[in-house]
Amino acid sequence: MDLLSLFVRSIFVDNMIFAFFLGMCSYLAVSKSVKTAFGLGLAVTFVLVVTLPVNYLLQTKVLGPNCLADGVDLTFLSFILFIAVIAGIVQLVEMVVEKFAPALYASLGIFLPLIAVNCAIMGGSLFMQQRIGLEPTDPKAITDIVSAIVYALGSGIGWLIAIVALAAVREKMAYSNVPPALRGLGITFIVVGLMAMSFMCFSGLKL
Amino acid sequence: MSLSKKNKEAFLNPLTINNPVTVQVLGICSALAVTAQLEPALVMGLAVTVIVAVANVVISLLRNTVPNRIRIIVQLVVVATLVTLVSEVLKAFAYDVSVQLSVYVGLIITNCILMGRLEAFAMQNGPFESLLDGIGSGLGYAKILVIVAFFRELLGSGKLLGFNILNYDCIQNAGYQNNGLMLLAPMALIICGCIIWWERAHNKDLQEK
Repeated sequence: MDLLSLFVRSIFVDNMIFAFFLGMCSYLAVSKSVKTAFGLGLAVTFVLVVTLPVNYLLQTKVLGPNCLADGVDLTFLSFILFIAVIAGIVQLVEMVVEKFAPALYASLGIFLPLIAVNCAIMGGSLFMQQRIGLEPTDPKAITDIVSAIVYALGSGIGWLIAIVALAAVREKMAYSNVPPALRGLGITFIVVGLMAMSFMCFSGLKL
Repeated sequence: MSLSKKNKEAFLNPLTINNPVTVQVLGICSALAVTAQLEPALVMGLAVTVIVAVANVVISLLRNTVPNRIRIIVQLVVVATLVTLVSEVLKAFAYDVSVQLSVYVGLIITNCILMGRLEAFAMQNGPFESLLDGIGSGLGYAKILVIVAFFRELLGSGKLLGFNILNYDCIQNAGYQNNGLMLLAPMALIICGCIIWWERAHNKDLQEK
């Protein structure tokens, strides 16, 4: 039940885009067609699910206070190590996608390497680091590696839903008459704002 | 000290016609998340300016020695080191603000402004130009942060930098109320959209077809 609650909360309540603005850059840049948006959303979900457990182990077995040896606290190294893990795994994913799904690779183009600097991935790891310290009774707490994976999956799916929804709206918006100064970026911001407002109705959600 | 025309452009363009947030669409994540109040927005703007400027100089000095294949990793390591330093300094001297900024200090690493400027500018230009470009980009980013935070804090909680501006009885009795929605996530996006609208209405070159 706790895992289900964590999963649903990370999709709707703590949505990466609408609540924390993570991964906004690629979110705005790649959301012009539903197909590419779906591809990028899947890639983000996949990278999150792979990197978060690795970073969880890194944090709890190596970096955290008194983990490596008594009185040693290496938390200040977490930024560098997390980003190194993420960059390495993204490189791997890129090679796998290029080998087994060339069509997807061609359509994602430049954006796959950019996942390394996608704030959603790094943000996922940093939020997880914060949540490790919470009380186990807190619905947000991440207590073991399974809950870390569940959190990663939920966050990724939340990101996927957000980008596909925006891409669908933008595809329709191509036919509407937007004032010239708002065209493109401006109206996209406002649409995302309205979508975020509608997602706020989930904020009291309890399971 | 007089600057050549190119250097002036490197410094001033990011502040106006080539703003990193509203024109190049870089670094939006943190720009929106830390702007519920003015103080964290100022600190964040300052931190990013310092990091972009220093990282630009370092990468520009290294640009001829780093093999092309591993440049991204080198850039990430330089940036991550600088961010770690800034984060420790913030924790030591401005603990309250660093708690407010929470994960967004760490997320400066993945702020696209950094990678964007390092890749597009510092890899091709000398250290001094890169320094100017870094400061310009950082200030351009800080400018948007401060504008958004100004409206959100003033209209949302009636304060600026924590000082009371609108929460007086005479104003409240006249029917004015703080708009709590301003403090929530959606309004950051909408205000940013409005800034872009205003900017493009005044500068037709930036409009998209």
